[in-house]
Amino acid sequence: MSLSAEEVATIRANIARRKTRDLIFSGIGILCLAIALLTIAALFADMIITGWDRFRPGFFTDFPSRRAAQAGILSAWVGSVLVMIVTAVVAVPLGVATGIWLEEYAPKHWVTDVIEININNLAGVPSIIYGLLALGLFVYTFGLGQSVQTAGLTLALLILPVVIVATREAIRSIPQMIREAAYGLGATKWQTVKDHIVPYSLPGILTGVIIGLSRAIGETAPIITIGALTFIAFLPPSPITDAAPFISVEWLKAPFTVMPIQIFNWTSRPDAAFHQNAAAAGAILVAMTVTMNAVAIWLRYRLRKNIKW
Amino acid sequence: MNIQKPPSKPTKVKAETRNFNFFYGDFHALRNINLKLGENQVTALIGPSGCGKSTLLRSFNRMHDLYAGNRYEGELILHPDDTNLVDPRVDPIEVRMRLSMVFQKPNPFPKSIYDNVIYGQRVRGVKKRSILDDKVEEALTSAALWDEVKHRLNDMAFALSGGQQQRLCIARALATDPEVLLLDEPTSALDPIATASIEELINELKKKVTILIVTHNMQQAARVSDYTAYMYLGELVEFGVTDEIFIKPKDRRTEDYITGRFG
Repeated sequence: MSLSAEEVATIRANIARRKTRDLIFSGIGILCLAIALLTIAALFADMIITGWDRFRPGFFTDFPSRRAAQAGILSAWVGSVLVMIVTAVVAVPLGVATGIWLEEYAPKHWVTDVIEININNLAGVPSIIYGLLALGLFVYTFGLGQSVQTAGLTLALLILPVVIVATREAIRSIPQMIREAAYGLGATKWQTVKDHIVPYSLPGILTGVIIGLSRAIGETAPIITIGALTFIAFLPPSPITDAAPFISVEWLKAPFTVMPIQIFNWTSRPDAAFHQNAAAAGAILVAMTVTMNAVAIWLRYRLRKNIKW
Repeated sequence: MNIQKPPSKPTKVKAETRNFNFFYGDFHALRNINLKLGENQVTALIGPSGCGKSTLLRSFNRMHDLYAGNRYEGELILHPDDTNLVDPRVDPIEVRMRLSMVFQKPNPFPKSIYDNVIYGQRVRGVKKRSILDDKVEEALTSAALWDEVKHRLNDMAFALSGGQQQRLCIARALATDPEVLLLDEPTSALDPIATASIEELINELKKKVTILIVTHNMQQAARVSDYTAYMYLGELVEFGVTDEIFIKPKDRRTEDYITGRFG
């Protein structure tokens, strides 16, 4: 059968009519995307413009001050870095080991189901609750003080579910046939885990860890709850000392402040000059988070290049 | 049930199943299987999808132990020491160290060619470089892959073609000097040329090792095997010398399958 010119024209008109809807939806999509992106861009730009005068080298090397123009974020960024170190050192081994155990070792029955549901729920618990828990447990019960170590442990608890879930997702994406190949050659469970499961899930695990840390670095509520100081004009003791054993952990017990607390403190001052400091510090905090996410993406790309199924 | 004793070509029995049953939870997947594998011979398992041929093959290296709810009954004996491979007191790791398996889809580890071949030795704790080097060359030579890869042993395994990857997996299985080589539809993911090279390889390998192969391809069974077992719905319907099974099957169901009336 063959079509007349008229019939061909009808078909083309029909296609054109249906494709119009494609265009309409695509237009709506772009509009939504633009709203989301522009809002974020406007917020970020506003922070940069407001805080512009404060971007000077001294901003990073000065302690907070009563005079807005001379106040810096030294104690805040050092505090944030130290707290993040404690958080990572605690949350990564705990979270990764838990994830591996749940995926590879745990028997599948109702107890593990309950544990799994609870871990997923923990990820949704408001962060202030973690702050209350930490205040009762770490500060009062264990007597760890309102210190770097308490903050690090609190944030570690907070991101633990994120690390566990990321680890489990990464492990689950390893095809079963890879496990069978390893076991088929006589490997034990531990050999399979250390030679295959961990290396192949590392990109996913690292991504989860960094995303968890970039969430933790911006957390304010639990840190306020455990009692971070808002005005700190000194640094914690150096981890490296002149005398043997040259390494000191005194900094763990030091009082501290972190970036979001410093920002919160400056915003709540009546003097508008401090709001400029807050905006500048806010922009820097955003830049820190974006950098961490960029590192996560880069690491994932680098490590995944060698893994194909 | 009509179980044939393997006639002609008298050969030592390397492994056998005695009243072997297997259960996936409540599902009775294999029923009273009695099968003998002749030493240095190729035995093919054929039958329609779901007949239990892969299930039987995977029982030989206790793959089912990786998943909960599976149960073996009866005996699966490895000669000459008469170890019952499915005895719960026998460690599945011992079983897998003695019988190695090649899977349906090539499944090299995302590691170098060298590290893939040597993994079985590495888990045994062999660390001496010279021993490992020798093993790699020996296994890759046996798998007819040495000449193609000897200058790029440190390349990633996934850089190889599908057929080469499957021969790499065979080399990996051979590098542990297995007593029995289990092949689970080893050519189902390969093109005809790669398939032909694997079949040729199987003919070479049986000089060194006893082979049990599952195949969905009857011509392949006819080409590579000495003995053929036809399975249907979890039962071993007929077992005998390959030529006889294909030329004059004794059971009606075997004949129907072989002549393409179903399957």
